[in-house]
Amino acid sequence: MTTTPKIDYEKIKGVHKVPLEELYTSGHRTCQGCESATTMRGFIKASGPRTIVTGATGCMYVANTSYLTTPWIVPWMHTQLGAGGASAVGMAAGVRALQRKGKIKQEKINIINFSGDLGAGDMGIGGISGALQSDYDLLIIMYDNESAANTDIQATGLSIYGAQTTFTPPGSKHRIMQRRWKKNVAGMLAVGHPTCKYVATACATFPPTDYLNKTRKALSIGGPTFIHTYDPCPKGWDYHPRYSNELGELGIKCGIYPLYEIVEGNVIYTWDARKSGKGRIPVKEFLQRQGRFEHLIQEDIDYIQKGVDEMWEEWEIPGVAPLKGILKARI
Amino acid sequence: MTVTMEKPKSGMSDGVYEREELLNGCQAVAQGVCLADVDVIAAYPIRPYTEVMDALSKLIADGAFDAEYIIADSEHSQFEIVKHASSVNARAFGGSSGTGWMYGMEALTVTATDRLPPMFVVGNRALDDPGAFGVEHNDAMAVRDLGWLLCWVTTPQEALEHVLIGYRVAEDKNVRMPMALAIDGAFLTHSQHIVKIPSVAAAKKFLPQYDLAERRLHPDNPISVAPQANEDWVMEIRRQNWEAAKRARGVIKEAYKEFNAIFGERYAQPYFDEYMTDDAETVLIGVGTVAAPGRTAVKRLREKGHKVGYVNLRWFRPFPTEELRACLSRFKSVGVVDRDFAHGSPDNCGILMHEIRSCLYPAKNRPAIVNFIGGLGGRDLSIADAQKMFDITAQAAKKDSMDGYITWIGLRE
Ligand SMILES: Cc1ncc(C[n+]2csc(CCOP(=O)(O)OP(=O)(O)O)c2C)c(N)n1
Ligand code: SF4
Ligand SMILES: [Mg+2]
Repeated sequence: MTTTPKIDYEKIKGVHKVPLEELYTSGHRTCQGCESATTMRGFIKASGPRTIVTGATGCMYVANTSYLTTPWIVPWMHTQLGAGGASAVGMAAGVRALQRKGKIKQEKINIINFSGDLGAGDMGIGGISGALQSDYDLLIIMYDNESAANTDIQATGLSIYGAQTTFTPPGSKHRIMQRRWKKNVAGMLAVGHPTCKYVATACATFPPTDYLNKTRKALSIGGPTFIHTYDPCPKGWDYHPRYSNELGELGIKCGIYPLYEIVEGNVIYTWDARKSGKGRIPVKEFLQRQGRFEHLIQEDIDYIQKGVDEMWEEWEIPGVAPLKGILKARI
Repeated sequence: MTVTMEKPKSGMSDGVYEREELLNGCQAVAQGVCLADVDVIAAYPIRPYTEVMDALSKLIADGAFDAEYIIADSEHSQFEIVKHASSVNARAFGGSSGTGWMYGMEALTVTATDRLPPMFVVGNRALDDPGAFGVEHNDAMAVRDLGWLLCWVTTPQEALEHVLIGYRVAEDKNVRMPMALAIDGAFLTHSQHIVKIPSVAAAKKFLPQYDLAERRLHPDNPISVAPQANEDWVMEIRRQNWEAAKRARGVIKEAYKEFNAIFGERYAQPYFDEYMTDDAETVLIGVGTVAAPGRTAVKRLREKGHKVGYVNLRWFRPFPTEELRACLSRFKSVGVVDRDFAHGSPDNCGILMHEIRSCLYPAKNRPAIVNFIGGLGGRDLSIADAQKMFDITAQAAKKDSMDGYITWIGLRE
């Protein structure tokens, strides 16, 4: 094994300290108010130009990177919908081998993959698991807009219970077609990969600069790392584009989106939504701002509230791992 | 032209070949991968190709070879790892068999459309269901229209040498297509021969360092690869792939010329080789190890005075259209041996038959042509089977009906 040099990242203290250099610029065609585009712009600002990026199929490929009008200033390559993890491993392995054999210069080159919630959380979860078991320096960012947005908003394993999508339309017989609880991807990956040193959740705009610093932290800590971002999507969630940043903040404050980092097994809450911490606003304040939940009745909202309360007050590791403790042996 | 595919002519004393080892097809491929100084290997188990990866991991463990060795979580990941390693200018290697090859099909598709040149060995195996470990060619054949180089070899010696030849062709700047090196399950993957192993220096002389040049991904070369193109540009991009596949024929020819110059006259013809065809009237043509019973049957039938010969087709993609057309139009009748199936296709023939018949259509002298489907699921194709096929093929020249146009050989009925 070779030790590669590191890049020294400074912590970004305040928005006025955010690097001015744009490495993701004009040319993309995402919707107005697309938070995922902000997620793209942010991670590459934070990581800098000595980075190679792969992007899985999804909005951040199809709407984002068009032939002859690429927004990427850094080297970028498409990867298949479920190939995020493998793409990062392949590139990291290639770079390591070439550097060790003296075929290219020794230096730290960041390898970052982004994949959507369907690509990373459903289809590609096996490949990401493989990547997080490796010993390569790589970062996988799952940008979660809670639907297969690019194919016109279909439910994924990460869509919130009750959400209307084109696969889960409310009907006269079944009000709720999305009956699955949001998959806990960051927690699952952290728990399942004991040698992975950094897993975090983040939101591109709240709290300001937090996401950028988490990106830098992941790259500095090294090895395979994972960040799950919550990306409000005006088209899929059905709200006015001007409210994207507010919705991210509300999702975090109501506790639906637990915000934390896990550094070498230690959980650090970025936003402690326990009653003993910062507490939570009612989920209704988040849900009622979006057309996708318009068909919910009080009973449904109560159900979601109960699930979220359980996450924060009954889980052994609140918001992270859905285990409620150890029962006394009966025998 | 008549060639006997025997041992390398070049002696070991001149330093071109370094030593001899008893190796099976898988182990021979592994030796080729070492000599090619491959940078990244991704592995996933499936019989019969797995032993290639077993051999490579041992070579790395013993320090005989230096490469990143990744145990993937699936073939899809395995092939994507190989593809992306290739995109950062690392020489990359993967492989699979049967249903594993099909599992990673999406990745195999984009490797070709991205015009990246890694190599994959395909230890040919029957597709599920029902389960069978034995050889069938439908696995490798599945990439035939996607922009792959696809080549079958018949001995461990050829297998080793075609790792070098394959990378040499695939990485050529006029080609840049992925390479599938097909080796028949069991009959080649696990049959042992004495193999002469080239010296590192000779291998290096033949195979230059991989250089993706302006298309490599590196911070010093910040390009975007494979952005969404839609109807605006896809046709032009497809056309570039088409041109590359056309150009590959010339590059292959050149590669064998150089290979022969360094290693002694190993290959008289690049795309296929002919056995006792000079005055032949009836020939069989096939891919892979069916060449062995085919050639032996030729020898025996020749002893009885029959004018028969065997054509072993090595390169299936690109298909050597003109050369094979010229070759096969010399004969009265041709029997095409398919170790594959194409259910419901024209006349229900096998894949090879369709390709050869299509190739012969514009020929001035079209031979009579018949098809054999046999050896499926790893069933033996014996010398007696081959003799029977020669017999049916010879008869075909005498009649103009479609009777006996397609025969399943060795079928329990
Ligand atoms: C193997 C495969 N299956 C299906 C598709 C069609 N497809 C393209 S984008 C997409 C949705 C991806 O959703 P997500 O990963 O959440 O990204 P988003 O579009 O929401 O940004 C799908 C299903 C595909 N490209 N590849
Ligand atoms: S549909 Fe959603 S994720 Fe896709 S570009 Fe529009 S806002 Fe962004
Ligand atoms: Mg999505």
